Amino acid sequence: MVAPHCASPVNAPVIGVLALQGDVREHLRALADCGASARPVRRPSELDAVDGIVLPGGESTTIAKLAAAFDLLEPLRAAVRGGLPAYGSCAGMILLADRIVDAPAGQQTIGGIDMTVRRNAFGRQVDSFEGDLDFPALGEQPVHAVFIRAPWVEGAGPGVEALARIPVGEAAGRIVAVRQGALLATAFHPEMTGDPRVHELFVRIVKEATSA
Amino acid sequence: MSTPSPAPSTGTARVKRGMAEMLKGGVIMDVVTPDQAKIAEDAGAVAVMALERVPADIRVEGGVARMSDPDMVDGIIAAVSIPVMAKARIGHFVEAQVLQSLGVDYVDESEVLSPADEAHHIDKWAFTVPFVCGATNLGEAVRRISEGAAMIRSKGEAGTGNVVEATRHMRAIRAEIRRLTLLDDTELYVAAKELRAPYDVIKEIAETGKLPVVLFTAGGIATPADAAMMMQLGAEGVFVGSGIFKSGDPASRAEAIVKATTFHDDPDVIAKVSRGLGEAMVGLNVEQLSPDQRFAGRGW
Repeated sequence: MVAPHCASPVNAPVIGVLALQGDVREHLRALADCGASARPVRRPSELDAVDGIVLPGGESTTIAKLAAAFDLLEPLRAAVRGGLPAYGSCAGMILLADRIVDAPAGQQTIGGIDMTVRRNAFGRQVDSFEGDLDFPALGEQPVHAVFIRAPWVEGAGPGVEALARIPVGEAAGRIVAVRQGALLATAFHPEMTGDPRVHELFVRIVKEATSA
Repeated sequence: MSTPSPAPSTGTARVKRGMAEMLKGGVIMDVVTPDQAKIAEDAGAVAVMALERVPADIRVEGGVARMSDPDMVDGIIAAVSIPVMAKARIGHFVEAQVLQSLGVDYVDESEVLSPADEAHHIDKWAFTVPFVCGATNLGEAVRRISEGAAMIRSKGEAGTGNVVEATRHMRAIRAEIRRLTLLDDTELYVAAKELRAPYDVIKEIAETGKLPVVLFTAGGIATPADAAMMMQLGAEGVFVGSGIFKSGDPASRAEAIVKATTFHDDPDVIAKVSRGLGEAMVGLNVEQLSPDQRFAGRGW
């Protein structure tokens, strides 16, 4: 597939994917397809070397525990507070939320986006689904979105831009994609469908932040 | 890219296989009570497998091993926020229907339970809930995928605490995949025949160099080093059955196996997390098992 908005490899930003657990490989591939120099991040020294970080899909409780156990949670919080661009899909959206509901007692997040996210909001795996969403920031063509035991945004502060909502059904109107400054989050998994537009948007955010 | 359908749809192959993609790099732990499920979640498990008896006890106690009691499955689902899997007998499609109606997130059509059908596995396409199935070699894995399995695990030899069979199965599956990538189109037809597996899936594997679904390991993993070795042999994640709750200090061992799975390529981390775990489960030597005591021979 030809992706016209892709960054050229010459000035490729270095984007890390938090590689503690989850669909790391799919995000690395999606970022590389957009011309980024993509690499896994499991250690604080690896985090220091990136211009942006992707928090992948996976199990948010597991990722948060491993991040804490391997001394990555505080560096991630500090980096995001300090302006490091970050994109989270599904579990990654939960990790970027300032507040979460329906989580086990004590589950920690990185935070950064002024929003409340509900874990497993759509139900159990039998309720997982795929369908089309309007996502005006990515153009007219809808995004085909895959939701797997996905969260949604229950509420967000005034600085948070809602980028996409569930169009139909019981969950109609629920926010499933947001942006706050250099922080981007989706409840669904664009890394699974081959549509590069969400990752292209994040690569643009990273390039804007590094050139600023 | 396939043409997207505008209406939301559940139970698609992408949604089923995608669920397993989200478990990659993680550890799925056998639990028999809600308390054990909490310990597993607190240790960082990506999912729990709810069952009535762990494989080591099934070996000792004998008798017919079946799907778990629905009350027990409900109790475990209520106790944790991570995904809950449960086992159905090979071919027992009604046990699978019941597990789907209980809301389990994945069904394991498992050789650890007593098979309910000697010729047929479950038609897994007919379900909304996804299935994981065991395999000892690539042909078996592809037959399960063609029946609708959305995730594959090695069978290993469950309940032994002995990793040797899991090693054999992981090496067999990975070596057969590598061999396929070297064959030309004509040879692939013969390979499909020899593997007793559908040609279209064999061709896809030959082109991509991997299964079209996630491949985990299972059956005999008892230590952090066992888990890390399976990951280095190409597993994308780990099932631990009896190895945790049949050991001296389940919470510490569970956490150590989670950490060793993530840092499977870093011996310093594996050494560090392997300290002070207490007794590992008492193992069984597989060669001392009579053929009827071997679970891996169940299924075909």
